[in-house]
Amino acid sequence: MSLPMPSPERQIWMFTQMLRIRTFEERVKRTFTEHPGVIRGHTHLADGAEASIVGSLSHFREGDAALATYRCHGYPLVLGSDPKAMMAEIYGRADGLCKGLGGSMHLTDVKRGFLGTSGIVGAGIPHAAGAAWAAQIRNKGNVVLSFFGDGASKQGAFHETLNIASLWKLPVVFIMENNGYNVVTTSAQEDANAAAGEPLSVKAKSYVMPGVTVDGTDPIAVHQAVGAAIERARSGQGPTLVESKVYRLSAHGNIIAPPGVPLHYPEHEAITVFGKREEYEAALRGDPVPRFRGILVQNDILPAAAAEDLSSRIANEMQEAVTFALNSPFPSLESALDYNYA
Amino acid sequence: MAQMPYIAAIDAGIHQEMRRDANVLYFGQNLATTENHAFVAAYGPNRVRVTPISETAEIGIAVGAAMAGFRPVVELYMAEFMLVAMDQVVNEAPRFRYMTGGQVEVPLVLKAGFGFTAGWAGQHTGSLTALFMGVPGLKVVVPATAADAKGLMATAIRDDNPVVYLHHYMLTLEPGEVPDDEYLVPFGKAEIRRAGGDVTIVATGWMVPRALTAAEQLAKEGIHAEVIDPRTVVPLDLETILRSVDKTGRVVLVDQAPRHASVSSIIAAEIAEHRFGVLKAPVVQVTAADTTIPYSEPLEAHVIPNEARIVAAVHKILK
Repeated sequence: MSLPMPSPERQIWMFTQMLRIRTFEERVKRTFTEHPGVIRGHTHLADGAEASIVGSLSHFREGDAALATYRCHGYPLVLGSDPKAMMAEIYGRADGLCKGLGGSMHLTDVKRGFLGTSGIVGAGIPHAAGAAWAAQIRNKGNVVLSFFGDGASKQGAFHETLNIASLWKLPVVFIMENNGYNVVTTSAQEDANAAAGEPLSVKAKSYVMPGVTVDGTDPIAVHQAVGAAIERARSGQGPTLVESKVYRLSAHGNIIAPPGVPLHYPEHEAITVFGKREEYEAALRGDPVPRFRGILVQNDILPAAAAEDLSSRIANEMQEAVTFALNSPFPSLESALDYNYA
Repeated sequence: MAQMPYIAAIDAGIHQEMRRDANVLYFGQNLATTENHAFVAAYGPNRVRVTPISETAEIGIAVGAAMAGFRPVVELYMAEFMLVAMDQVVNEAPRFRYMTGGQVEVPLVLKAGFGFTAGWAGQHTGSLTALFMGVPGLKVVVPATAADAKGLMATAIRDDNPVVYLHHYMLTLEPGEVPDDEYLVPFGKAEIRRAGGDVTIVATGWMVPRALTAAEQLAKEGIHAEVIDPRTVVPLDLETILRSVDKTGRVVLVDQAPRHASVSSIIAAEIAEHRFGVLKAPVVQVTAADTTIPYSEPLEAHVIPNEARIVAAVHKILK
């Protein structure tokens, strides 16, 4: 890669953001047992994808936009959203980022460039292209980052949008976080490229755009791969498909469900469905958050004591988010009808 | 005022808004394929683009461009083509303002023709209006005259919500007087096309001229029908309809849709709930049969409402 290494300060920033995502989501997960009933419906955690999220967003500039999926807690944290407002949203409270009307699957913070999250697989990909068309018309060198999972690459929305984005040379980067599982189905069971042993980034070839596969557990590798794609997009050369390979460390979704509710498992589906505990444990040994911390400590970029200090500061930050959200009132009943129409 | 066909009036509405607001975009299939295309020539290839046959991406791109501050108009040609991209129409465009607590607005227009009962058989003839009417967050407009075609398009483009603009294919070449100057028709304001005190007839789209012809025939018998065209079904001007029912006590609702997927059944329920005591006879619906539209001409004519059925319905409740 031609991009330089990020500065030591920038690497510390990257680790800080990764740890903030991890700690925030641990508090989301703990809420199910510590405060049963406070989180309703379904949440989807990004544990295992933190390096990919932070590496991708490390190039974000004023005026850029990002759109993601229902697995959306990580991005706004990195872009500067207040974790208190995020947790309040996940708890359905009045002080939530979206006033309690969206919840975990639809976090949005327009002021910070986090434009919107569709909960329907693949549906947000054309939205990103639309925002990229807007950026192209405005012609200020801004880009749009479109985050989605491997499952979305079998949706028509993915293929239709990549075609148009390439044809129109839109300033968009398609970032596919490939965690190897579409809910409980392995990629090889549902993807012709995966079944043939090919990386999913080869799908880019059909649409005349670069397709690259990167280790999504390495924030520096993602920083460089997505950085090159963003440079290409900013300079008017059009989109890139980046396949970022990650392993999600929780089950697909988290709810408190009685036994027998389909598609909800207490542990990752590799264990609960396929009996492949070793696959999961190998992924856990490669957990990107402690691994990056180890690298920074080893390289004397972040002294161990400073790393400890950082962990406890972030733990406090997220404890405050939980306390704030628990104390935030429910939205007024009238507000249920407030936002259907402008 | 200029005389022009309905289809040209729609274009006039789009031109009016594209001239005044550089944020208005217009795109779709088989559109703007040469530099001589009127819209490309006037507004350039940045704002007017041809797309592949990719309804999901087209409408999805409109959603994203709208969230990013533009006002896209998607040329979809036929209402059925929205079915290909129903997620974007029903579960994306109208959801974002709500789910974000008002952080984003999604001002876009989905322009689609419907009801082409001229031998287009089963898949290009539907009257899908009520399908969109039940989606909170969407507005739904159904122009029946050339002037409304222009004015409702202009209002749709200025509206800050996603609007499904359903023009009726059987009215395509129907001429009408259209104001030359800036012209806007407000949403939620029904038009009384003909005044009368004996019976209220409510109709949209192509059923409006049919209802008016029926009313003329009834007038020869001394029966004075009031014909109301809601023009927009979301928002629906129930007030004008109920006021007319107060006067007449009798209602015939005409709708080209199958009975169980019609706007008329929704209006009938509102009238039943709010004017039960005023009604002198049951509300009668003249709708299409619950069937796929047949290709063969006499069968096609048989299953959709016509003037004779409207007249017969009025006779039935005036007995």
